[in-house]
Amino acid sequence: MSSTAPTSPQPSPAPERGGAPAALSDVTASDSTLRRFLHGLPGVDAVGLEARAASLGTRSIKTTAKAYAIDLAISMVDLTTLEGADTPGKVRALGAKAVRPDPSDRTAPATAAVCVYPDMVATAKEAVAGSTVKVASVATAFPAGRASLAVKLADVREAVAAGADEIDMVIDRGAFLAGNYRKVFDEITAVKEACGASARLKVIFETGELSTYDNIRRASWLGMLAGADFIKTSTGKVAVNATPANTLLMLEAVRDFRAQTGVQVGVKPAGGIRTTKDAIKFLVLVNETVGEDWLDNHWFRFGASSLLNDLLMQRQKLATGRYSGPDYVTVD
Amino acid sequence: MTKKNKKNKAADASTAVAGGAAAAATVRAAPARSSAFEYAPAPESRAVVDIAPSYGLFIDGEFTEAADGRVFKTVSPATEEVLSEIAQAGEADVDRAVKAAGKAFASWSALPGAERAKYLFRIARIIQERSRELAVLETLDNGKPIKETRDADLPLVAAHFFYYAGWADKLEHAGYGTSPRPLGVAGQVIPWNFPLLMLAWKIAPALATGNTVVLKPAETTPLSALFFADVCRQAGLPRGVVNILPGYGDAGAALVAHPDVNKVAFTGSTAVGKQIARTVAGTRKKVTLELGGKGANIVFDDAPIDQAVEGIVNGIFFNQGQVCCAGSRLLVQESIHDELLDSLKRRLSTLRLGDPLDKNTDIGAINSAEQLARITSLVEQGEAEGAERWSAPCELPENGYWFAPTLFTGVTQAHTVARDEIFGPVLSVLTFRTPDEAVAKANNTPYGLSAGIWTEKGSRILAVANKLRAGVVWSNTFNKFDPTSPFGGYKESGFGREGGRHGLEAYLDV
Repeated sequence: MSSTAPTSPQPSPAPERGGAPAALSDVTASDSTLRRFLHGLPGVDAVGLEARAASLGTRSIKTTAKAYAIDLAISMVDLTTLEGADTPGKVRALGAKAVRPDPSDRTAPATAAVCVYPDMVATAKEAVAGSTVKVASVATAFPAGRASLAVKLADVREAVAAGADEIDMVIDRGAFLAGNYRKVFDEITAVKEACGASARLKVIFETGELSTYDNIRRASWLGMLAGADFIKTSTGKVAVNATPANTLLMLEAVRDFRAQTGVQVGVKPAGGIRTTKDAIKFLVLVNETVGEDWLDNHWFRFGASSLLNDLLMQRQKLATGRYSGPDYVTVD
Repeated sequence: MTKKNKKNKAADASTAVAGGAAAAATVRAAPARSSAFEYAPAPESRAVVDIAPSYGLFIDGEFTEAADGRVFKTVSPATEEVLSEIAQAGEADVDRAVKAAGKAFASWSALPGAERAKYLFRIARIIQERSRELAVLETLDNGKPIKETRDADLPLVAAHFFYYAGWADKLEHAGYGTSPRPLGVAGQVIPWNFPLLMLAWKIAPALATGNTVVLKPAETTPLSALFFADVCRQAGLPRGVVNILPGYGDAGAALVAHPDVNKVAFTGSTAVGKQIARTVAGTRKKVTLELGGKGANIVFDDAPIDQAVEGIVNGIFFNQGQVCCAGSRLLVQESIHDELLDSLKRRLSTLRLGDPLDKNTDIGAINSAEQLARITSLVEQGEAEGAERWSAPCELPENGYWFAPTLFTGVTQAHTVARDEIFGPVLSVLTFRTPDEAVAKANNTPYGLSAGIWTEKGSRILAVANKLRAGVVWSNTFNKFDPTSPFGGYKESGFGREGGRHGLEAYLDV
């Protein structure tokens, strides 16, 4: 059985310092070349995109496939607490849960990371010490991003210095919507540099504020050109967060970006994904859009808090045949 | 691509008995491209439908045997299992059914529109209530994926009955005069590609306008029409208003030629359509014909590429391409040909071909051995004429009738695969340079049923759509159906319109 289907080049990590991969370096040379490139990307037909996402949402994932998907989804969760009321105690509890999500079943995988504000990074780092769980920190004046670059970079440096493995930055949506793409690009490259070699950078677009799918596609390419390791839908702090359609669109973007540059970029939908059923729909999108190269928590994450407990309850149901209740998973 | 050995399949099929639930389980749906995330089988249960070992003709409200006692078998194209044995209508049965319909016409047409509407609304609701059963039945008899019968066929069937039920008491406001009259007995012959949906397209407007019906379903897919007969009984529809005559072409020909038939409606091949036109020429019978097509799907260089790829796939691989309005010719602007083809091939590699009852199956079985042979021979001709063939690398099940999603590149207007209707999962890819060339090539066919335009430029959509000689032009979408929208062809794709307000005209004396 031979196929002449196009084969994608081997993935390689994003360039360590910010900036576009060689194949597209001329694109980012100036504001006008960047604008021309982003506006030259194929348009997105909203009806068609949403129809495709909805149709993949009808896949029926049962038995062994469901078990695989649930464990994969657990391992992809960035267990998140981003509240003004966060305390060291809350963060420690979160860390413990990330390391061992189901105290009654040691076979349940650990989550990918915990995600906290910069001032909680050190506490989180301690809480997950010795495990595979990473510490991600939102930075750059999250969630609004309305601060000077100097303040944003200080925010990032502090989080990295405290041991953050991953930085979740927000783009300047104001600059983006004003058409000031170069400013957004420069900020991302500066943050990428501040992340240094140790921290991976997730770039949050706040898709609900960008509003159109054309904007989301342009933002995705802008982020990847600037050196994002991950592109992320949203902060979870606005009305519209991750949806199957905007995540599908971003998956198409990372797929096309790798085909063009050889650089693989991860995707993180965040906010609003609360049930196992939802999470599995997103994994189907990954599977059928970019394939198994992204079916790994190095390349795909869920930004979520309440999702984990539903995944654990469904996992227990599959194992025992009985529905458990909220009293059989930990509430933190 | 590996072709499995297909010997002995006919012998196996004849020993299988109706209702044998295990047979379908051997066909596994899987995508061409393997992945760590492998979907477990998710078959829809067959237990929701109870197929009897034999069925009669439905005449005057009763199931009866054929006058000459002939029967034929209907098989599941996915497994070749015999599903049931069906009475085969002959000339005498046609006469009996037409007489029953004629007798029922007097009282049915005299009912106030609101009363006829009650029956149609009741039928629509029963179809909704029984939609899972009917979807499984249709998938078994036709071979199309349950995903399609569940999400497309059955919802549209119910919608058609609801829609025309609404017209029944408003006919004087439809624009066909103050008191439009029905024609009498409608003789209707429908194809196997959308058995129940085509039945709905035919029967719903006929009954709403006060006609009575004799309908002949295709010989490979008689079951859903017979279940519909049961729905009519359940709805309390008066005897003789709907008569169902399963059978072959001879029964269809007798029905069309019957002197007491006042209206002929046919959906099927252009060749048979021409025969029908000859038969009814010189009579007072009113005719609508919905025939073949070779739809052009035109993709401009400023198209939304990812959605265009979905539209192309939906246009030609929906129902295994066995769709009269399929977008079987892809006209792509030369400047994006390679990029689009790469995307298209990658997408086709993710299609899941296999057990039509599996809820994750995208591509089901070809409806019959005859159709498979026709597709195979046209594809061979395409290769012989020098077009370059590419088929999605998927494994075909051992039993049943299967054809992998296929496309031809390097096709010109001179190739047979660009001119003849293949009626299968085969796409011919042609290129163009300018909008004028696209229009010229799209129109350069004896058919004129459907076309698609893909561009982000609204003015171009309007300009090109106005120049296309096709009954339906979709822009930035394909194969979208709605009961409110008229459907029909130009040129050899037929005449008359079905659906919408326009669809009433064919059944009214105007």
